[in-house]
Amino acid sequence: MVDTPKPEELIENIDHTPPEEPWEDTPPDLSPGNFCYPTKKKNLEYLGLPTPTTDEWSPSDEEWPIPENWQQIIHEGFKDLLGKYRSLRIFMDTCVRCGACADKCHFFIGTGDPKNMPVLRAELLRSVYRNDFTRVGKILKKIGGARPLTKQVLKEWFSYFYQCTECRRCSVFCPYGIDTAEVTMMARELLTLLGLNINWILEPAANCFRTGNHLGIQPHAFKEMIEFFCDDIEEITGKKIEPTFNRKGAEILFITPSGDVFADPGTYSMMGYIMLFEHIGLDYTLSTYASEGGNFGLFTSSEMMKRLNAKMYAEARRLGVKWILGGECGHMWRVINQYMDTMNGPADFGEVPVNPITGTRFDNAASTRMVHITEFTADLLRHNKLKLDPSRNDMYTVTYHDSCNPARAMGLFDEPRVVLNAVCNNFYEMPESTIREQTFCCGSGSGLNTEEIMDLRLKGGLPRANAVRYVHEKFGANMLSCVCAIDRAALPPLMSYWVPGVDVCGVHELVGNALVMEGEIERTTNLRFEPLTEEAEVEADV
Amino acid sequence: MPTVEFEGNTFAIDEDGFIDSFENWNKDWVQYVKQQEGIDELSEEHWQVIDVLQDYYKKNGIAPMVRVLSKLTGYKLKHIYELFPSGPGKGACKMAGLPKPTGCV
Repeated sequence: MVDTPKPEELIENIDHTPPEEPWEDTPPDLSPGNFCYPTKKKNLEYLGLPTPTTDEWSPSDEEWPIPENWQQIIHEGFKDLLGKYRSLRIFMDTCVRCGACADKCHFFIGTGDPKNMPVLRAELLRSVYRNDFTRVGKILKKIGGARPLTKQVLKEWFSYFYQCTECRRCSVFCPYGIDTAEVTMMARELLTLLGLNINWILEPAANCFRTGNHLGIQPHAFKEMIEFFCDDIEEITGKKIEPTFNRKGAEILFITPSGDVFADPGTYSMMGYIMLFEHIGLDYTLSTYASEGGNFGLFTSSEMMKRLNAKMYAEARRLGVKWILGGECGHMWRVINQYMDTMNGPADFGEVPVNPITGTRFDNAASTRMVHITEFTADLLRHNKLKLDPSRNDMYTVTYHDSCNPARAMGLFDEPRVVLNAVCNNFYEMPESTIREQTFCCGSGSGLNTEEIMDLRLKGGLPRANAVRYVHEKFGANMLSCVCAIDRAALPPLMSYWVPGVDVCGVHELVGNALVMEGEIERTTNLRFEPLTEEAEVEADV
Repeated sequence: MPTVEFEGNTFAIDEDGFIDSFENWNKDWVQYVKQQEGIDELSEEHWQVIDVLQDYYKKNGIAPMVRVLSKLTGYKLKHIYELFPSGPGKGACKMAGLPKPTGCV
């Protein structure tokens, strides 16, 4: 692992001057620290994916372990994708290189590398498309923007399609609406045909098939972890809560990313969900089989995404629930809102989701049968169903990071804000060009939240961090809320690096703090066991 | 997979220096990681953390979440960092021979 430079050194070395040589001749930097570790063979085998020709390899190796006919494999794979997805052909054909996307990418802003301009990143694939599949490219060759697939091009693909977080900020600005994330998805799918992909994505995917979730939590451990949170809730509120698991006949199945069950600060949001459901008397159950909201198949191939996603519906059907309530996960909502219905739907269980407490019918979720937790909570608030004491969050001055996928893939802008404004007294927005549909990525999405590329993540996260710094300095913001488990894993190191003094939380952690539950004892701490008032803090120190 | 030689042992390690498999762990590995970590002397507290991690791993096949580790050992996270400067994952889990957790963590 490479040592991370100090923030001032890192920022000084960001240079937006393009290199002298033409981009086609500039090889990618695959020195240590600039690539994610390749997938371990055992995970590829577990998932039934192609394996490289040697058991171990490194992207910094001169020769890569690929079969002799690798060009043919890619060509046929590309042809297959073009046949399956008309969208891909349109995305390959329509770009006019206007450059509207160029400076919208957090990785381009943070690295200054021209190949991180979305237009050029896509050109890495597009140039091969022209060469192999268009008449103009076949006749005019280089003049027509075509180039043959060489080993250097393959290395560029691996380098730059794993420097894209599929956040789709660039797509917002594209006059043609090219979905650049899908370009990255297709390129990663092609690389996967040769066994070239990264372990941080495929180990969670393999775990998900084996145990039901990315982290490899087995059913008994999953149950124990939730019970551990319930013990903490009892200590804080005096309320004993006993959630059910795999309960047939429950009205609602709740599914959240396993990061919420395992990793701080997501665990505090998990406590918040459980407290909320208890408060309103919701008839719900948790599943130890569908124990993962996330889907790292989205970052691998459409087939993998489909297979992993299928277990949500399978479990809903098995348990006989009416609908599924989904937690604070990011990319899960891209899968649910934009792919699930055609991949694994239409849902063959339950009915159109209706909030049993308020009677609201979620027609927007009529076909997917899945409602986002902030939609659900915002609806409860609108009907005045929650008893809250927002002053319990007074230690925080909160801002909100629109997690990319809930924002851009499902248009979830107002609901989280409705919730935040109800549960805390001090809430401030970051600048307009960095929130809502224009939100900046955490820099670690799409399975890139791995340690070995920390420098790159810190560079990619710089625009987001810079906007947080603005509200930190202007309003004293000290808590960055979000609705994504990758955010909750990636933003803490980003904040401690660029904006020390800002912590990270999920929205439902703040809900849990503010909820006044029936019969609860007087609260002296928040869900993190931090004293609620300064006097209490002094007492705790004594 | 790269290997390291230490006190007559050959350990296979991954890119971040974690042991390839919990099966291949022994007490010499702890001494090896201790040097890497820059820990002078291993106290009973270090061993308690290692024992708790290994017991949990044997039962559950994964490392415990940090809050569970704190509760089982009685040490606050800050103290775990004092014991293992690289933290519970890269320090303590590595020493105990556990793999790194992956996913949204």
